[in-house]
Amino acid sequence: MTPKTIRTIPQERTPMPEQAPVERVRNFSEVALGYALGDARRESERCLMCNDPKCIAGCPVAVDIPGFIRKICAGDLRGAYDVLTGENLLPAVCGRVCPQEEQCEQVCTVGDSLAPVAVGRLERWLGDLAIEQGWANVPYREPNGYRAGIVGSGPAGIACAADLAKAGCEVIVYEAFQAPGGVLRYGIPEFRLPNSVIDAEINNLLKLGVKIECNTLVGRLFTIEQMLNELGFHAVFIGTGAGYPKFMGIPGESLNGVLSANELLTRCNLMQAGKFPQFDTPLHLGRRVAVIGAGNTAMDAMRVSLRLGAEKVYCVYRRSRAECPARAEELLHAEEEGVEFHWLTAPVEVLDDGRGNVRGLRNLRMELGEPDDSGRRRPVPVAGSEYEFAADMVVYAIGTNANPIIGQTSKLRLNKWGYIATDENLATSLAGVYAGGDIVTGAATVIQAMGAGRRAARSIKAYLGLVETDVVYRATPEMAERSFGVEPWAKNFARIRLAA
Amino acid sequence: MSRPRVPPAAPEGPSGVDGDRRGGNGLASQVGEAGQSSPTTPPEAEGAFEIVAREDFSDTTYLLEVRHARLAQAARPGQFVIVMTHAEGERVPLTIADYDRERGTITMVVQAVGKTTREMQRRCRVGARLFSLVGPMGQPTHLGTARKVACVGGGLGVAPVFPQVRAHKERGAYVIGIIGFRSRSLAFWEEKFRAHCDELILCTDDGSAGLKGLVTDGLQQALAAHPDLGEVIAIGPPVMMRACAGVTRARKVKTTVSLNPIMVDGTGMCGGCRVSVGGQMKFACVDGPDFDGHAVDFDELMRRQRRFAEDEQLATARWLEACRLAQAPEAARPAEGLAGAVGGSTAAGRGPGTA
Repeated sequence: MTPKTIRTIPQERTPMPEQAPVERVRNFSEVALGYALGDARRESERCLMCNDPKCIAGCPVAVDIPGFIRKICAGDLRGAYDVLTGENLLPAVCGRVCPQEEQCEQVCTVGDSLAPVAVGRLERWLGDLAIEQGWANVPYREPNGYRAGIVGSGPAGIACAADLAKAGCEVIVYEAFQAPGGVLRYGIPEFRLPNSVIDAEINNLLKLGVKIECNTLVGRLFTIEQMLNELGFHAVFIGTGAGYPKFMGIPGESLNGVLSANELLTRCNLMQAGKFPQFDTPLHLGRRVAVIGAGNTAMDAMRVSLRLGAEKVYCVYRRSRAECPARAEELLHAEEEGVEFHWLTAPVEVLDDGRGNVRGLRNLRMELGEPDDSGRRRPVPVAGSEYEFAADMVVYAIGTNANPIIGQTSKLRLNKWGYIATDENLATSLAGVYAGGDIVTGAATVIQAMGAGRRAARSIKAYLGLVETDVVYRATPEMAERSFGVEPWAKNFARIRLAA
Repeated sequence: MSRPRVPPAAPEGPSGVDGDRRGGNGLASQVGEAGQSSPTTPPEAEGAFEIVAREDFSDTTYLLEVRHARLAQAARPGQFVIVMTHAEGERVPLTIADYDRERGTITMVVQAVGKTTREMQRRCRVGARLFSLVGPMGQPTHLGTARKVACVGGGLGVAPVFPQVRAHKERGAYVIGIIGFRSRSLAFWEEKFRAHCDELILCTDDGSAGLKGLVTDGLQQALAAHPDLGEVIAIGPPVMMRACAGVTRARKVKTTVSLNPIMVDGTGMCGGCRVSVGGQMKFACVDGPDFDGHAVDFDELMRRQRRFAEDEQLATARWLEACRLAQAPEAARPAEGLAGAVGGSTAAGRGPGTA
């Protein structure tokens, strides 16, 4: 086979089939419909299989991207899935919600001259194919007698649990809600990440022998210290997330109709408030909804509001479109669906209708001044530029603070912002207790949390004295062959069950 | 880096505690079990939290005792739980009214005001199971060192004030219980309070039992008789807690109230339960639920309790109609007009919010 060059590969990126905006704004089905086999084969051909692939380093969990794409090109789809899941347990989730444009696709060599290879779309397609085909990679596990407790079933906890289970630990994941998944479940709406996809990928975790116990609020039902001293866990990972929504402290925030994006999304996604009164949780959506903030959570809140029937949805952000922290794709989708954007606008007061409900928002126009600490140009108020618009619901999507429950109930050292303090190995101040994800770094992305969960799992394995099992799990035939010849003293290793 | 303890010899190695957990106190809710409910699914099929006892205090007020050994171990006065009756239900915060560590149970007292609490009244029979039960939530009450305390419970607030009475008594304080109901027929737990209080003042609005008047009248009486009263704990509807704080404000007697705003998760995540205390925003679920009664903005709290009033009425009407069509006469009884029936549906059940 002649090596591919930038001239010989398909020049255009294979487009993602999507529901039309007028159509999708009335339903909760997925916006992006996913590649068909032909799309995936064609897009795979665009990968140059670089000798020194930069995309792997661009991925927080270091997926062997050229490796799985090579298998797709060769027609070995199951093999491609094996390579992919060697590093990433949740391809159907990550293919949908990772900001690939800032990660693997940003550093893709093809991207230097053409549009980068659509790694995320290929990953999603493969993940969906695996769900459809019922594929799951269940490695042979040799129980090692260690018990690991995971606090939180969000992306960080799931990733950590999977790696520890593969290493032979008995893993129990505790979740406070009635259903597992953390932010994947309560935060990300159905049209971006269907609950059925979360269920399918979490099911793979259960096949690894991981137990998930819902309805369990760690810290209050039992403490981190009790997990080590009474519940018999040898190591604990804390991945509770940052959820503790921020408000601005402007007048009118206690009015009825003001809520956090977390509350709006939890009511809709986890509790299915959109189906009230068949489901019992109400939302009481406004006709005109103003969302403050322009990150991914803000986009989700706006697009959920539109789908639930809001007549007008406004986005209020104090910087300009160029500084918008949401993924480009999410912003574009929100624009297509009819969100009205008020860039360079800072709310100064939520207006009262006289009966304790929201009647509107008073704002100040901003202009961009000198760059601030973050390198972005600082928004500066324009004198005398106050204006109002009518709204009956105001949603805050301006970020979160550290959730205080673990801090309140354990002796773990926190940093000055209340997040859990860890060293570079994600070890906390308590021996055997590790933490990662938003509760350590503050709000970030799903894949960053998964990366942290995996890093913590490596640290926990080192702490427990277990052989590193990540490498062994990768399902290339050479690798599998080598791992079966592992020394007998290395009791704690995972082998690939070749006959699947 | 220190090494962990030597792993257990047997790979399964569950500790006794774990065995206990598997023994069915209800902690282990495996993912697969959480099936979708339908109207035809009997409640027994759902969840792992078994109702072991029930007592009906009146047409609308009922007690549920639920098995959950670990929760019974962990619960402290002042804390609450969140309950879901079935998979399509809402998360209802309910204050823990009692816990029995030996029996491994917790007790909640619920008033049927909205759709969810009426449905619970119908479905939660002995032997039935709750779909979800999580807790304890909120910070436990800081018991303090006052040598003389008055514990005031109004209406359904009588139930959650009981653990406070018992805890203060156990630490050696002189405890004056003040409990109030609209009439004798709605009263409950009088004997239970009498057994744990040094003094008990029973108040009824209509004078059918004890002192004729509101709990504030009982509180005035206690303050007059005990000038050295060190702390007042008041739990009940916001309007009653506000009145109690009003009585004690002039005398500068420390007054702790337990707030009951609408919430979803109960873990600090949604911010729905934010309240103003001394001009500062607090989340009742993680910063409370106990706050200084003299600093709480009760007007704001009461207004926020009405966030979902319309939705709640709709859900209740629709449910009653469904019950009528299903020819369930016991549930089709007209809604009892509850004075100040506050609470969006999410808060509907929790004791202090609904008297």
